[in-house]
Amino acid sequence: MQTEGTYDLTTGAGLVACPRCDALHVEHDLEPGETARCIRCNAVLASPRAGAFTRIIALSVTSLVLMVGAVFFPFLEISRMGFGNETSLFGVAMAFSHGALMPLTVALMATIIGLPVLRAILLVYTLLPLSRRRSPFSHAVGAFRLSETLRPWSMAEIFVIGTALALVKVGGLATISLGPAFWAFCGLIVVNGASNVFTSATTIWDAIEDGGASTDGRELSRNAAP
Amino acid sequence: MSHPEETDHAAPIMTAHRAGLIGCRSCGRVWPESEIDCQRCGATLVAPDRRSLNAVWAWLLAGFIFYIPANMFPMLRTTTLGGIAGKTESTILGGVLELLHYGNWFVGGVVFFASIIVPIGKFIAIAWLARVAGRPATAHDAHWRLGLYEVVEFIGRWSMIDVFVVAILSALVQLGFVASIHPGPAAVCFALSVAFTMLSAQSFDPRLIWRGLPLRSRKD
Ligand SMILES: [Zn+2]
Repeated sequence: MQTEGTYDLTTGAGLVACPRCDALHVEHDLEPGETARCIRCNAVLASPRAGAFTRIIALSVTSLVLMVGAVFFPFLEISRMGFGNETSLFGVAMAFSHGALMPLTVALMATIIGLPVLRAILLVYTLLPLSRRRSPFSHAVGAFRLSETLRPWSMAEIFVIGTALALVKVGGLATISLGPAFWAFCGLIVVNGASNVFTSATTIWDAIEDGGASTDGRELSRNAAP
Repeated sequence: MSHPEETDHAAPIMTAHRAGLIGCRSCGRVWPESEIDCQRCGATLVAPDRRSLNAVWAWLLAGFIFYIPANMFPMLRTTTLGGIAGKTESTILGGVLELLHYGNWFVGGVVFFASIIVPIGKFIAIAWLARVAGRPATAHDAHWRLGLYEVVEFIGRWSMIDVFVVAILSALVQLGFVASIHPGPAAVCFALSVAFTMLSAQSFDPRLIWRGLPLRSRKD
């Protein structure tokens, strides 16, 4: 059993390796609000925030509600010379649904809608018991790892900037009005950004490992008792 | 968190690799080198080894191959006034030139940056990082290379912006006789190129940047 601040160079217990430069650090409990950085490359190793789990859950649920609005309300409307067209988020993804471009439709739906929704659900699943100091649900490890793997592929914020660009591009040629779904999507970006600020992967891994207890120790390490 | 033998910044940097241990890149936990999977997060444990660069090169090559047709085939097909006023097909570069021609400097500039400067810069940056990875470097070089890697990793996904612009325009500009826009095959090639290059950057192990550094850390 490891006590605070001790480490074992043969088993690696009590140590943290920087994922960017491999420098070894001794694991310590951090106060909420503190940030641990790698002494060599300055990468953030952990940055626990007070009440982070509860806030991430609240923000994830908010993002799910906003996503429902973003999908079902009209997104953009265009009109020129009496011809008009209204499109929803599905319409945008379906733009590629002709023939050989079909796979791109699936990919677009995934990056804009599917992955943000899936990540929100996975985060709630992982953190719900942890926020109440209970032991995590089964497969919480896989759920959180999947959520972290999918992070770069969830491209909602790039989509919003792309929309803004497209509007500037056709703005001179036709009248365009923004639907409620567009604003829901902008809200989604803010909510996801806030959620990322509170997310410290190392802190969540520690919490999963410790079964929801607030300690940072290695008491439950399966490796400690061979 | 502190370094095992840390007293000041001139202390030697002990790495997991030098200590005969292996660090999990997903959660930071440290395990003996004999372990295969991280028992905390389930990720496969990989030692910082130049062999992992094969995946980087393979994805990079795939991304580069798809970038060629992405520039040759049309990205957008525009039909105005039922084809009377013109039916144009524009490639990535053609589209940028068209935007600049009509004085749309802002959008033209963003598309030029996201679809041409960023992808080409990324190919060069990843290829260079993979070539010099694991070779002796000074601490200063290593900091610079890690900075470059972080820029590449951060900016890579933003190249997808042009694909989204094409998708939105195609969905929105369906005004029957007046004007309609359809996506071209280059959109798929470009999206694949961006995705493969992202995978290439993700396969690069930044710990290799620090291999071969002298034991003393001279942090600035
Ligand atoms: Zn791990």
